Amino acid sequence: MERPPLIEAKDIYVGYKTYRGIMKVLNGVSFHINEGEKIGFIGEAGGGKTTLMKTILRILPPNATNVRGKVIYRGKLDLMSVSEKEMKRIRRRGLSMIFQDPTSALNPVFKVGEQLMDIIKYSRLEEGIKLSKKELREEALKLLEEVKLPDPQRVFDSYPFQLSGGMRQRVVIAMALVSARELLIADEPTTNLDVTIQDQILRLINEIVERRRLSVILISHALGAVRKMTNRTYVLYAGDIVETASSDELFSNPLHPYTRALIEAAPKLTGEGIGKGIPGRIPDYVNPPSGCRFHPRCEYATERCRKEKPPLVEVRKGHWVACWLYVKR
Amino acid sequence: MAQVNSKEPILRVDHLRKYFRVSLGIVRAVDDISFEVMPGETFGLIGESGSGKSTTGHVIVGMYAPTSGKIYYKGIDISVPAPKRPRHVRKEIQIVFQDPASSLNPSKTVFDIVALPIKLYKGIKKKEELENEVAKLLELVELPPEYYMYRYPRELGGGEKQAVAIARALATEPSFIVLDEPTSALDVSIQAKIINTLVNLQRKFNLSYLFITHDLGLARNFTTRLAIMYLGKIVEIGPTERVFENPLHPYTQMLLSAIPVLTEEEEKLKPRGIASRGEIGSPMNPPPGCRFNPRCPFADEVCRKIEPQLIEAEKNHWVACHLYIKRVQ
Repeated sequence: MERPPLIEAKDIYVGYKTYRGIMKVLNGVSFHINEGEKIGFIGEAGGGKTTLMKTILRILPPNATNVRGKVIYRGKLDLMSVSEKEMKRIRRRGLSMIFQDPTSALNPVFKVGEQLMDIIKYSRLEEGIKLSKKELREEALKLLEEVKLPDPQRVFDSYPFQLSGGMRQRVVIAMALVSARELLIADEPTTNLDVTIQDQILRLINEIVERRRLSVILISHALGAVRKMTNRTYVLYAGDIVETASSDELFSNPLHPYTRALIEAAPKLTGEGIGKGIPGRIPDYVNPPSGCRFHPRCEYATERCRKEKPPLVEVRKGHWVACWLYVKR
Repeated sequence: MAQVNSKEPILRVDHLRKYFRVSLGIVRAVDDISFEVMPGETFGLIGESGSGKSTTGHVIVGMYAPTSGKIYYKGIDISVPAPKRPRHVRKEIQIVFQDPASSLNPSKTVFDIVALPIKLYKGIKKKEELENEVAKLLELVELPPEYYMYRYPRELGGGEKQAVAIARALATEPSFIVLDEPTSALDVSIQAKIINTLVNLQRKFNLSYLFITHDLGLARNFTTRLAIMYLGKIVEIGPTERVFENPLHPYTQMLLSAIPVLTEEEEKLKPRGIASRGEIGSPMNPPPGCRFNPRCPFADEVCRKIEPQLIEAEKNHWVACHLYIKRVQ
């Protein structure tokens, strides 16, 4: 029998309360990730990628509202309806997230070792194990070694400001590893890092997930990183999944006008120019466009696109697109 | 390129050094670099954070005086801070900064921001005339003036803000613009639009650009020639196409191989067997000999002791690396 997906999100809606009204961000998003699978999310900033991740981990900010949908965990439990306490336990035992900015993920006034030991301590307590100071220290050093910090002892005794951006990101990964036994969510793990450091961090993440047999969700503006690291990719635009396929297929044969323009705009080493970009910007979520949310920026938009939201249809095996151009009448 | 060589350079940087005194010692941000920019070309300065590329741009626009060395603009010595430069030269050299959110005054409207340099350099005071001038500039950067003239920066998207910064730079009718990572805070879709605008403006007004970036892919598509910087030094300099087809310096090769790419054709252009490792050192005490030696897989005794000078390895393509110096001797 086929095993159920590790996570299956169904028809997720999320809004945010603001003084101007409710921002209707996630607009019925569904996706799944199987055990041991690596998937990616791409799309411009503000498209809802981080909101989606926070929804499945149930760590949305307090102004989130109208949260609907299901997040089925291992085919049985709906994470949207379990108690706060139970959710905490599930997170501590298996689901972990690396946030975008390593500087703000670390507390500036505590040494790296202290912060790491704290996380280990409470994570193990959750399992009913009380570790001694010495054991905590050993485990922390082991994690710093696992993320290939050249001098774990020195890093253990350092404050975050004494480390470079690349080293801080390694520390943040070490922290995420404390409870990552099933799923690691990496939200823009290499933004603001130099390309040679980005390369090292991505290779590190890849090694760790292979060794620990983790499932990974990679969110990145570096399209090439998603292509290289993941098996499947979802394209999120303004709170809608507009396209999904295997990463090989998606990047070599993009179908949705948004995906095409995005890939075309990425500068290539072959030097064939950088496309014309996409006019306009992500819509105002308080009054999102009717029909297909991309229609105001789409050069192919028709009357139908302005009125009806296109369904996600399978255009070829495993390749789904939500665009009226691909719906046969 | 042949045509470019027959002309006089618009900008010449000659043995430029810029050191900063800090409490812990001296930061050698830029340490003896020389290059020329030809009229109408886009010259790239490429490097990781800490390479000295932005400092070089800042010295050129006159934000501070060089520690030693000279800068010539159309043959005129401008090795002094901007306020000490002749007025007619000052207006010729402009800069567009990385982060438009912090380079635009949040309490001023687009009109105020763009009109200020017009008032200063053209002596226009009448509101109507100023509005005309500002409207012309906004049209150049594809911001319809009737909508944008009286907006505040907070009402604009990142790309629109950067377009305003470009309009402001154009207000004094410059012939040379330093572009300091102008798109690194933007999505690729918006980046493409800004770059296309810059290319159009260059054609229209025969502008020369100094394009500072860490993004090699972008440099490939936008520059005519480029210099790769590492810890305050230029390690390689040449026509963009040649540097990408035949990267000589191990650092250039490492940078190229670190880029996550989108197509198989690009994959083929990446040098093999030079995986990224280490991090850029401190410009406070750069390593002796070749500054890249601690990260270089080919480093030997000579590299650790003697600083390599730039040599012309192929026509117009220079590299500072002992691998090539030995070959020539």
